[in-house]
Amino acid sequence: MSTSGTAVTGDAPTTGMAGATPTKEIRPTDGSPRRKAALLGRSPQDTSAGFWNYLLLITAILGSAFPLYWMFVVATGTDATLARIPPQVVPGDNFLHNVGVVLGNVSEQGRSYANAQFASSMVNSVIVTTLVTAGMLFFCSLAGFAFAKLKFKGRDKLMVIVILTLTIPNQLGVVALYIIISQFGWEGQLVSVIVPGLVTAFGVFYMRQFIQDSVPDELIESARVDGASTFRVYWNLVLPIVRPALGVLGLLTAVGTWNEFQWALIALGGTDNKTIGVALSDLASGNYVRYRIVLAGSFLATLPLILLLFVAGKQIVRGIMEGAVKA
Amino acid sequence: MSTASGRAATDVATAPPGESPGSPAPRKTPTWSERWGRFDHKVVPYLLISPFFILFAVFGLFPLAFNGVVAFRRWSLRNPAADGWAGFDQFTRLIGDDRFWNALGNTFGIFFLSTVPQLFMALIIASLLNRRLRAQSFFRVGILLPYVTPIVASTLVFSQVFGRDYGLANWVLGFLGVTTELGGGIIIDGVDWRATKLTSWIAIALMVNWKWIGYNALLYLAAMQSIPKDVYEAAALDGAGAWTQLWKITVPMIRPMVLFTVVISTINGLQLFTEPMLFDTNPQSASGGTRGQFQTVGVLIYQTGWKNGNLGYAAAMSWALFLIIVVLASFNAFLANKLGGGKR
Repeated sequence: MSTSGTAVTGDAPTTGMAGATPTKEIRPTDGSPRRKAALLGRSPQDTSAGFWNYLLLITAILGSAFPLYWMFVVATGTDATLARIPPQVVPGDNFLHNVGVVLGNVSEQGRSYANAQFASSMVNSVIVTTLVTAGMLFFCSLAGFAFAKLKFKGRDKLMVIVILTLTIPNQLGVVALYIIISQFGWEGQLVSVIVPGLVTAFGVFYMRQFIQDSVPDELIESARVDGASTFRVYWNLVLPIVRPALGVLGLLTAVGTWNEFQWALIALGGTDNKTIGVALSDLASGNYVRYRIVLAGSFLATLPLILLLFVAGKQIVRGIMEGAVKA
Repeated sequence: MSTASGRAATDVATAPPGESPGSPAPRKTPTWSERWGRFDHKVVPYLLISPFFILFAVFGLFPLAFNGVVAFRRWSLRNPAADGWAGFDQFTRLIGDDRFWNALGNTFGIFFLSTVPQLFMALIIASLLNRRLRAQSFFRVGILLPYVTPIVASTLVFSQVFGRDYGLANWVLGFLGVTTELGGGIIIDGVDWRATKLTSWIAIALMVNWKWIGYNALLYLAAMQSIPKDVYEAAALDGAGAWTQLWKITVPMIRPMVLFTVVISTINGLQLFTEPMLFDTNPQSASGGTRGQFQTVGVLIYQTGWKNGNLGYAAAMSWALFLIIVVLASFNAFLANKLGGGKR
């Protein structure tokens, strides 16, 4: 464990069990009568998981996945299969129809869902997520670089301010924020959900920690001697090195932005520029909610994130765990 | 930074290329490249950090302060002409407002039902993950499924699951023989989840728990893995099983992280909005049930400000909630600290 603090390659800290010192691995109690004895003085990480351990973990995973599975089951159903008792618990074959309805391409019993603007809200969410993530990566790494490697008056005090802002629940200023946005004429515009999220204290803090640990001072020094400007050092030297951290921060930001609801509802609700969450809440409103339509939409909104988790889950896990240790 | 030469010794890394600290050149008008170097050295760092401070000032700090001003004004969406100073009227009104106290009670009820099991379960799962595991990544990634699911989407699924007539939960309860008699002699399987405070709170708390257990488990896991191994070696408890080890060694060692999650869950839990808002059969009303059974303060603020158009009163509520959060977060931090300390 002693080497974890100096990891510069971006490896998740403290997971390097392979590198653990062999002296602690004696395992004298293999085959001993009582498992409890094996725990004596041994850290949990060096203890192999037993049957119950796996069983409980698998239960937890099933519990995590079930609502998503059920979302799909309902999204593939018809009114008849959903009203059946006992309910149908395997997916049906009505998915494409339900998706067609939610996208507004197919009207059903004289009612079209086109005015929910689900398809365009999906596009809006892609735009918002892309721009916010790009802005976060640029501004947070820029500020993180300055805080980690540049010397300027008041640097440490300003960094403390950044950290302190983490504790402010700024959701509570939402009424005033709305008034400000309206003054800017941004109400109902995507810009109202983009600009406030372009740089966050967590992002600055996260990038600063990573840059501090992973970019050697000597490298910056020699670039300086060669006459590189601050921005050139950032762009040509720092950015390539911190790419893993950018990936992690980008993933966390993308997930958070795609899922944002409360502020989007306030700023964009009832307008023609919805994000996906707002459009879904519109779909679910009214006297009679057709869950197979609503959940077909929910499934479409969730799918990109499940794919993201599938492809980059390890990085997301790493981001959460690293952020935790550093915070 | 006028003492450039004095700092030069420690400041090599950022010395601008134009200056050479060792050789005292005769004073002359700085060339453009020297000026640029000076600018790059002294001003550019501030430019790099300015986006954060500008955005935070405009969209973070200012709204919070301005919210205080709005709370003292009659700021109406529907009737802008009615704007004017209200003094403490809105705060006095708040104290006598049953709907606010009802919402506050609901918020605390749901908060209690969600935070305590959530953090407890997260600890258990973290300790299950904190083992030599096969398919370690699979488990860690798998428990994050709820975290990446949009809250809107998951809430709508749970809305279906807790539906009165065709909900999955009621089918299971009916199968177990639980029935409820509604007015007029109608008997349904299971319970009418949205009809009473307790049942709706349980349903909403379950959604919150589902969403955040895995995430908190990873936070705890990260903390658990930074416990030095010799702590376990030194503390050889006689006949200690995994359970004892968890509560006697691991949890006290990760106390700062427990404290952190308690404070964060308090802050987020008291602002709960999406789940109670969308659990309603007609979310647009933001009424939190037919009689406000599960209307939280967050939902009430939205209803007051945007559905009823009374932004001034909504701002007053926000301030009240802010104060409550500060008090309760501090109290919980104190409590968690105390409890954690007693465990040793």
